[in-house]
This record gives sequence, structure tokens and C-alpha cells, in this order.
Amino acid sequence: MLEILRYPDPRLKEISEPALRFDDELRAFAAALEEARRAGPATVGIAAPQVGRLIRVAIVDVSGRKPGKPSGKPETCHGRMVLVNPEIVEWDGLAIGREGCLSVPDFTGNVIRAEQIVLEARDEHGASSRRELSGFEARAVQHEVDHLDGILFLDRLVSRRADLFQRKTYQGAAK
Amino acid sequence: MAQARWHMLTIIGADRPGIVAAVTQALFEGGCNLGETSMIRLGGNFTIMMMVAHAGDASALAALAGPSAERLGLHLHVVPIEGQLHAALEPDVRVTVFGADRPGIVAQVTSALAAAGLNIVNLESHVGGSPEQPIYIMQLEGRAGEGGLEPLERALAEIKARGGVDVRLASIDALYG
Repeated sequence: MLEILRYPDPRLKEISEPALRFDDELRAFAAALEEARRAGPATVGIAAPQVGRLIRVAIVDVSGRKPGKPSGKPETCHGRMVLVNPEIVEWDGLAIGREGCLSVPDFTGNVIRAEQIVLEARDEHGASSRRELSGFEARAVQHEVDHLDGILFLDRLVSRRADLFQRKTYQGAAK
Repeated sequence: MAQARWHMLTIIGADRPGIVAAVTQALFEGGCNLGETSMIRLGGNFTIMMMVAHAGDASALAALAGPSAERLGLHLHVVPIEGQLHAALEPDVRVTVFGADRPGIVAQVTSALAAAGLNIVNLESHVGGSPEQPIYIMQLEGRAGEGGLEPLERALAEIKARGGVDVRLASIDALYG
């Protein structure tokens, strides 16, 4: 089992390199990364730097999620996505949400993320895709892509005390 | 050196800049280590609660922090506690309540939520509006009981139906990645 690095391990703050070869070694690594993700409690994503490999590979799977209450907003679910060299090419909307991290145990904090994104990535076989993601899944991808750029959710914390960024209020204020 | 023990140090008084710096510097120089802390202004008053690990007993810690607090005109209180770190209780629901200010809002809402299974993790409330028309705004986060969010939603719907306050419940679906 791959070991999960924990902050303040300096490798978590490094920028990862693109994966260049879509070979058996990459596929074996993706499988091992998925195994590490599944070992975590309710972990919807994992990125290669979290296990000490500084390459741009991440996995997101929100299909096992049990939301407390439907958000009433669009929520995509693409199942398990192995993301190699992912790029977020469009962003829309902002929402506050609570995040935690395998690499930062025993703390969750509020982070502002785009509500909708367009994601371009390859998979572990080299096939490219372009996906539109919304809600929790979009948030999870942003959290994992941040890992590839050496950014932790701790770098993006906003106040835990108040939900200052209610989307509804914003729409009202804009009218 | 004796083993450090956890204490809860509470300091309140008229607010002014530099209180946290003065008190925590005195604690640091006295060999203390801070745990979790919470500071907030309430009605213009400075309030802070700090977990402080200190080798001495409560009176020794009070003597250590006392001079800096007294210089700033603050009240200080120390009690020994069981310090539990690395075992955070993560809230899964946020409730916002607001309405024209009147006595009893907090008691009414929290009693109904407690009966519906809620364990409050944090709560704060503010009096806004104007002096003539004050409004009360309360935000809390908590952990729902075994029944989940439904009993909480029913309890809040009943409160809303009685009138006088607006309520909102949102789940906190924490993302772990």
C-alpha cells in the first residue's frame, strides 16, 4: 500500500511534472493510487503527490457520496475518473464548501471553489476527454488539481465562522 | 520539569488593540504552549478562550498571565481541563436563524434542535439592525443525531410556522481528497 504523505512534508508543496508515457508503469501506479484512495475514509479523490510521486495524475470518484441534503443545484457524477495531465479550462460560479484532506488529518475548513468547470484530461491509456463538471464533483477535481500545483486547501481557507459566500445572496445583490 | 497540563484560560474586558499579543507573549515567555483558541468581540467586549498547557497548577498559570491582563484592565479565569486534541467533531449541518430581536430565540431554537438530536459544535449570534429595530442573527454548526437531518428540518419548519423568525438549514458535505 502506498503511504500517504502528511503536511508539512515538503513534497506536498511541489509542482508536479506532466506524465509523458502512457505505459504499464503508469497504469500500475494509477491502480495503486486508487487502492490508497479507497483505504481512506469517504475519500473522493487523491493525487499523486499525496503518495510522493510528483507527476500530474489524480483520481476523482464521487459516486459513493451520500449527501446530507440535496443542494438543489446541478451535480454531475462521472464515476471514477483517472485524470492524467488534467487542465481546468473554464470556470463558472463560486461556492463555499467544507473540505478536508488525507494529507491534513483532523481538520476541515471552508474553501471557495468554482461551481462549474470544464476539465480536459487524458486517462491512463492516453485517451483525451473534455468534461463539464458541476457541484461536488467539480469541487473535488479542483481540490486534486491543486495538489498537482503544490496547493493545499489550507492555502485557500476562508472563515469557518460564517457562510459569507451564499450564492443566493450574491444573485440577489446583483439584481 | 513537571508534565504540562491543560487549562482553559478565559479573558474578557473592554476591547483594545494588542490584547492577544500581550497575553500570548506572557504565556510564551512563561513556558506555556497554546492549544485551540477562540476569540471574538461580543458587544464591544474582548473575549477569548484558550487551551493552555502549563506545568504548574491553575493558580500558577493565573499568576503568570495575570499581570499582562491586569495592565489592560481585563478579567481572567483559569480552570484545569481534559485537553482532547486530534479528535475533532466535524459538523454536518449549518443552521441560520434571524428575525426581529426578542427574548427567547436562542432557547426556543436550540431546545427544538436538541430534542431533534442535534449536537451543537459551534454557535454565535449577533444583534444587528438599528437600535430602534434590532434584529437577531444566529448561526450554528452541529452534528445531526442518528435520525439525520430530517428531524432537524421538521423542528425548524415548526418554528418557522409559528412566525417571527426565518430559518435555514444546509448540510455541510465535507469533501475529503
